[in-house]
Amino acid sequence: MTTPIIEARGVGQTYKLPRTKLIGRRERLAALTDVDFHAMPGEAVGLVGESGSGKSTLTRILVGQERPTSGVMAFQGSNVWELDRAAHREFRRSVQVVLQNPRSSLDPRMRIGSSLVQPLRALRVETDPHARIREVLDQVGLGPDVLTKYPHEFSGGQLQRIAIARALMPHPKVVIADEPVSALDVSIQAQVLNLLKDLVTELGLTLVLIAHDLSVVAYTTSRVAVMSGGRIVETGRPAELFRNPTAPATQALVDSVLTVEDGLTGKALT
Amino acid sequence: MTELVLDVRDLVVRRDDLVAVRGVSLQVRAGQRVGVVGESGAGKSLTALAIMGLLQPGWRAEGQVLHDGVDLTKISDKAFSSRRGRTLSMVFQDPLSALNPTQRIGAQITGVLRRHTRVSRDEARRQALDLLVQMRLPRPEQMLRAYPHELSGGQRQRVMIAIALACYPQLIIADEPTTALDVTVQKQVLRLLDGAVKERGCALLMITHDLPVVAAMCDYVLVMYGGRVVEEGPVATVFRTPRHPYTKGLLESQPTLDNIGLDGTGRLPSIRGSVPPLHAMPSGCAFRTRCDRADGRCETVPVLEGTESRAACWHPVSVATPAGAR
Repeated sequence: MTTPIIEARGVGQTYKLPRTKLIGRRERLAALTDVDFHAMPGEAVGLVGESGSGKSTLTRILVGQERPTSGVMAFQGSNVWELDRAAHREFRRSVQVVLQNPRSSLDPRMRIGSSLVQPLRALRVETDPHARIREVLDQVGLGPDVLTKYPHEFSGGQLQRIAIARALMPHPKVVIADEPVSALDVSIQAQVLNLLKDLVTELGLTLVLIAHDLSVVAYTTSRVAVMSGGRIVETGRPAELFRNPTAPATQALVDSVLTVEDGLTGKALT
Repeated sequence: MTELVLDVRDLVVRRDDLVAVRGVSLQVRAGQRVGVVGESGAGKSLTALAIMGLLQPGWRAEGQVLHDGVDLTKISDKAFSSRRGRTLSMVFQDPLSALNPTQRIGAQITGVLRRHTRVSRDEARRQALDLLVQMRLPRPEQMLRAYPHELSGGQRQRVMIAIALACYPQLIIADEPTTALDVTVQKQVLRLLDGAVKERGCALLMITHDLPVVAAMCDYVLVMYGGRVVEEGPVATVFRTPRHPYTKGLLESQPTLDNIGLDGTGRLPSIRGSVPPLHAMPSGCAFRTRCDRADGRCETVPVLEGTESRAACWHPVSVATPAGAR
């Protein structure tokens, strides 16, 4: 039994709500309750749920951006919040994020080349930046001509490739992709999903894919966790979840999938 | 043949040299549901805005937009205002920016009713309440007194639909009405829109990038790319036997539960490249730079041809490819 590369054990997160009374304690909102989530090395795991189900809170905890109020967030078996400086840097380098909208996640005033080098500087990765850039661009299927351009010169799909390239720069072990295709055009979505899938098989990356669309997650991952009301209500292989959803939240997500075929046979809105 | 509620002839939308819509013709008959699908940059939203006379300053519409006996591109702003909400109305993608944030829901619905129909204040209020009930909004009495920010996204969009329906328009134009909503409420809103349109017998022009939404809601579809209609026909014909390589590519790149091979081994076919920016749209067939079938002939613009469905392509797909089964 190998240790999971990232793991949330019994994680809870509460936020203080704005003060409503002059005296007394501020009310607390439980965003996550007793969440267990993990990803094994080289595994592609999906995380689905409606908005407000706690996906984003869990994402922030997984990347070490927020400290959970209870439970343990572990990287390769050790608690992320008790690591020494060097080990914490190793964690930060190893877990990279791809966000929904590449237009807002890339600096509009920075050439792509500079944007790509940033993570190496910030995380003090000792490597030849030029060689690494060439390698990474090759992995995401872009040419060296992109380096001197600015973000506005690209379409959404190309920019998302660049955002993925930037995430790959510091040799991460885990890539966490938060709704990576929902802002993209239909014809581009398949390209980006295929790219993420290839990265998992070719580079042995661990992928955590957060999405609201079950079919997108089922296509890209081999295990899916369903969140609802701050808890993980069901976990399983996508095929099983689709055929026999047990939790009401999973059922609701399965029911919400619209397909062309259902539409043509008049079953979509019944 | 039922009468036309909308007859768009050779619509061109441009800003100076930038041409976003390059000669689009489309017809909507009474009670018909027409879908316009395309990606960003296809010109579908500008087509809708041009029809509604809501183009941003600088953009200009040429061609004819015939509706209810008038050419909408020729009438004055004042004459247009008296039509919006009455004979044709629009549902936008983002209800939060389309609703007035400083006005109560009730006032926004009665406002439309009182502007276009001769009803008393009380009667308008009663009708507004009816509309909210019909849109299945919870606690409709209180809802009338609520402000838009107090509602959820799905509720706001239902209010938008209620406003659009209020005066029994001949035509509703819905631009991505469910794109900004949570997946689980998407179907619910579509169902309500579907029922309301059916009940009132008004026609629907649905603008979306979402093929399943068109399949669920529409009976006729136009596929746009690079400012032109590249394929059109009855939804079942176009989606089951797409003839334009772009339509076929779009259909195939949709992840569905059948084509992804749930064991994780499947691979989605994709269309290579991306939509070129407006100023760099290729001459001739705009899709040729991304098309595997393209050759020298494609440098000339193909015309829409065909009997049951029509495709603008020099090398159309001939073999029937049923949707879903690949």
